Amino acid sequence: MVSLVMNSAASAKSAAPSASQPVLRVNNLEVTYYTDLGRAKALDAVSFSLKAGQKLGMVGESGSGKSTLALAMMRMIKPPGRIEGGQVIVGDTDLMSLTDEGMRAARLDKIAYIPQGAMNSLNPVMRIGAQMIDAVRSHVRGERGSAIEDRCTAALRSVDLDPGVFRMYAHELSGGMKQRVCIAIGILLRPSVIIADEPTSALDVVTQRQVMETINRVQAEINAAVILIGHDMGLMAQAVDQVAVMYAGRLVEMSSVREMFTDPKHPYSQALISSLPNLDTKGVFRGIPGLAPSLLRLPSGCAFHPRCPHGHEELQRSVRPEPVTLPGGRMVACHLYNEDGHRHG
Amino acid sequence: MNIRIVARRLLFFVLVVWAASTIVFFIPRLSPRNAIRERFGELARTGGFSPADVEKLIASMQQQFGLDKPLLEQYWQYLGNILRMDFGYSLSRYPMTVTDVIAQSLPWTIGLLLVTTVISFVLGTILGAVAAWPKAPGWLRSTATPFILLTGVPPVIMGILLLFFIGFRLKWLPLGGAYSVGIVPTWSWSFFIDLMEHQILPALSLILGSVGGWVLSMRGMGITIQGEDYVNFAEHKGLTGRRIFRDYYLRNALLPQVTGLALALGTVVTSAVVVEGLFGLPGIGTALNLAIRANDFPVIYGIVLFITIAIALLMTLLEFVYPLLDPRIRAN
Repeated sequence: MVSLVMNSAASAKSAAPSASQPVLRVNNLEVTYYTDLGRAKALDAVSFSLKAGQKLGMVGESGSGKSTLALAMMRMIKPPGRIEGGQVIVGDTDLMSLTDEGMRAARLDKIAYIPQGAMNSLNPVMRIGAQMIDAVRSHVRGERGSAIEDRCTAALRSVDLDPGVFRMYAHELSGGMKQRVCIAIGILLRPSVIIADEPTSALDVVTQRQVMETINRVQAEINAAVILIGHDMGLMAQAVDQVAVMYAGRLVEMSSVREMFTDPKHPYSQALISSLPNLDTKGVFRGIPGLAPSLLRLPSGCAFHPRCPHGHEELQRSVRPEPVTLPGGRMVACHLYNEDGHRHG
Repeated sequence: MNIRIVARRLLFFVLVVWAASTIVFFIPRLSPRNAIRERFGELARTGGFSPADVEKLIASMQQQFGLDKPLLEQYWQYLGNILRMDFGYSLSRYPMTVTDVIAQSLPWTIGLLLVTTVISFVLGTILGAVAAWPKAPGWLRSTATPFILLTGVPPVIMGILLLFFIGFRLKWLPLGGAYSVGIVPTWSWSFFIDLMEHQILPALSLILGSVGGWVLSMRGMGITIQGEDYVNFAEHKGLTGRRIFRDYYLRNALLPQVTGLALALGTVVTSAVVVEGLFGLPGIGTALNLAIRANDFPVIYGIVLFITIAIALLMTLLEFVYPLLDPRIRAN
């Protein structure tokens, strides 16, 4: 029953890129919010790439730019925010160069977004089916009604929902079911990139697990690159293969999930990992000293230096660290590391 | 919708009608005034009847209207009459019945008041929805502004201004009446045009001041709905702006507007009295006005009761329409 989805839409997409070719490349993406209090740089030269089938976890404190990144990739930044520059290349299309109509067509088709507030993300006065059908109809022309309906019920089955949900209203579904419906809508057109913005917030832990398993399964099914946004490191550890850490609008470290949890490089990542509750050191919690900086008044140099145990040198305070690729392919933006992977001083 | 809910709504409707008729029955009987005595008292002063004859006349009239019987018996008979839509005879236009009076004037009021209420509702709702929609063209969004400025100008003032400038000074449209004096109402095109010309100013005086209210409430609701997650997700789904506007934004913002419409229908009659009087239209408002001046109690209470029943009926109908608009109401 899973194959239904695959057959019906496979023809619409060009041949899958080879495994080595990244399906998503984000280059120097910048977003600024022009507030009354001043300019807030919410995304600062964010670059990364993902291959088909890869799962990236995007973590960071509130206000670090995770959700802004998701919205910027969808080109859904609303005034007073503005995308100031950069590229988001899906396959071989730069989304930033598309017209508004071209971007509308690309949403859901090339890059899908699974919303944070799935509780209220479904229209209360339309049947679930109608909300799936209009999504398909906005992108695929000339598909027969019955074919669209088949596609929708197949998507519902892939997320473990009864096809009867098709005829129901949002208020008749539980929170987990609503979140699954949102996932089903996200995979309707088999996009090559799926962004899930805290898909499990406001769900209980059992449902969280089920939803994460659902995301994993549909991702394997359509071989999409998935970006999972959240701050639950425990959930991330089980769900993703790559972890990216954001701090004050910048990507400060990106590595495989194993390396991130066993050997974090950036002092902020180290603090983040060591703040996790641990069965061996139970009862002892270590937080990160200080507060997340305001984007309106970022510290000079490295934005993390006031909270960094190594941050008291002139270099940290005056020069912004650029991202470097360490041997083995990990990325880190910190003065402690140079291209060879050695620590300074 | 299950049968119990329907039954409950209908029972409620019957209760409202019963309560209204009971109040209408007892209020004049609590009053020390006696409509028949007052009327014949006037006749006696002008016509030179002997007081004894007048008393006899009054007694016979009292008997004819059943006012000599015990109160409770009158009440039961009255309720029976209501069920047959029999509100009794008009005093000032005897032998016309109250039902005749209402039937004669009702079409005019429905034609003017109902149509203008619906027009301002539709116009105000659309303008308000557009005014709150950021992607609508600027000129279209600002169309609502003049109506907002006119919000709350009472129909009387608006009517007087329109009459003075458009009717009296510019002489573009007639000053009053339902149709031109001397024309015989027929089913002809020329009569229809004449009729419409006479309805434009009253209609405008009702519409101009009330569109703004609908604009404001719809705009407020529209701004709230735009922040809803489902409107955002609709955009993430890559729907076209038109579809988001219609299915996700408008349909949800409309729900409170419809409740507002039900409430507004209740005030329709208030405007009718004033505007129909101002423009000399033969509607329910004018009939009520004349009845009040002539102390024609059966007509006054008949009209009041009729209006109450009509509004209760509209509300009940709306209760049945509302679940069609909002599936969440169907559930409970």
